[in-house]
Amino acid sequence: MRFFLKVWAILVKDMAAELHTREMISAMLVFSILALLIFSFALDLRGATARAAAPGVLWATVAFAGTLGLSRSLAREQQAGCMDGLLLAPVDRSAIFFGKALGNAILMGLVEVVLLPLFSALFGVPLLRPGVLLVTALGTLGYAAVGTLLAAIAVNTRAREVMLPIMLLPLAIPALIASVRATGVLVEGGALGYAMGWVRLLVVYDLVIVAVALLTFGYVLEE
Amino acid sequence: MIQARDLFKSFGPRVALAGVNISVETGEFVTLVGPNGAGKTTLLRILATLTRPTSGAVQIAGLDPARAGSEARRRIGFLSHQTLLYDDLSAEQNLRFYARMYDLDAAAARVDDLLERVGLAARREDLVRTLSRGMHQRLALARSVLHRPQVLLLDEPYTGLDPQAAQALTDLLVELVGEGGTILLTTHNLERGLALGRRVVMLARGRVVCDKPRDSIDPATFGEAYQALATK
Repeated sequence: MRFFLKVWAILVKDMAAELHTREMISAMLVFSILALLIFSFALDLRGATARAAAPGVLWATVAFAGTLGLSRSLAREQQAGCMDGLLLAPVDRSAIFFGKALGNAILMGLVEVVLLPLFSALFGVPLLRPGVLLVTALGTLGYAAVGTLLAAIAVNTRAREVMLPIMLLPLAIPALIASVRATGVLVEGGALGYAMGWVRLLVVYDLVIVAVALLTFGYVLEE
Repeated sequence: MIQARDLFKSFGPRVALAGVNISVETGEFVTLVGPNGAGKTTLLRILATLTRPTSGAVQIAGLDPARAGSEARRRIGFLSHQTLLYDDLSAEQNLRFYARMYDLDAAAARVDDLLERVGLAARREDLVRTLSRGMHQRLALARSVLHRPQVLLLDEPYTGLDPQAAQALTDLLVELVGEGGTILLTTHNLERGLALGRRVVMLARGRVVCDKPRDSIDPATFGEAYQALATK
């Protein structure tokens, strides 16, 4: 019970800090909308083109916007040695991981709450379906989980803004491909059953990443 | 209460601690002095479980941090150059957060009491980044004693403190010792170090070079020895 209370406390702390500054969410939102506009001009997203390109455009936008937020999330803990404050406390290191990863996933989710309806409205692509929302949730959780783990590694390097995307994007490929493919099937009108292979891949990826993070996060954080 | 045996710590080729042996009894107030680069901060960070020694053994409050890290951390308070405070949270939010991390009962009352004692009750809802440096350090002090630690490790805690804050710190330290707390404090300020601690340990180039009760120290001779080490 204490474990979950601490996860919750870390999550609430991050959300409270973000509420005061709004710096992460605003950067992620502005980036996402700009990316959407650029893609729409570059790819002429109409009709069949829009349905074919939508999954890739959506997940590219989510991935890059997410990376912005991930980097900032761990950098916030480096200010004034706050990560030392967490490490000094009798807190299981995995609670720190879960608290930070959930916070990152929520921020990405908030961006998607704006992005999905906007995309659907602008380009006539049916993204607001239960199947698409499920895939979006699973893909976001996986990306946030692997991103939180790697951001914790990158934050201690000098070139952390560059290191994170270099490490994250290759490792996130399974989740991104699965998300794109599953979204593609659903956007073309296919039932969720036809996308189950990709959905299962997403679930397995998420579980593997969480397991790896649980085993390694403590070592990543400590000197 | 604090035992460090044959502590070695190296960062690559650089040796920060070269066989440090130090013990601090329950209720003792020990001042650790030494020139820059002597290894004071490294030693404190090892004792605070923030970094692992390359070799050697540590015991805090009877516990081996390598085996009982969580329980050991519950008994340690740490105050350093960095405040460990979130700039984007208010003073009160910071303390309440750490109270949850330490599973404190009656957290609200404890937070209220500490904010009063460090003179920040009127600024409790202000974001930390709007507070002055002295206020930061006072709030950091409150954070470090929030969970009533048995052992308090302080790394140059008087740096940047205004006189009011310095007095608040001294008062809190005296109170903590009166309650049986154990304190290890590092400082560059020899005069203050000799005034505060009952025992003084001098560290130089990663080794303990002097460990004496304060009453047996001649300040002039001690000061000369310190200057000689600092300029080597």
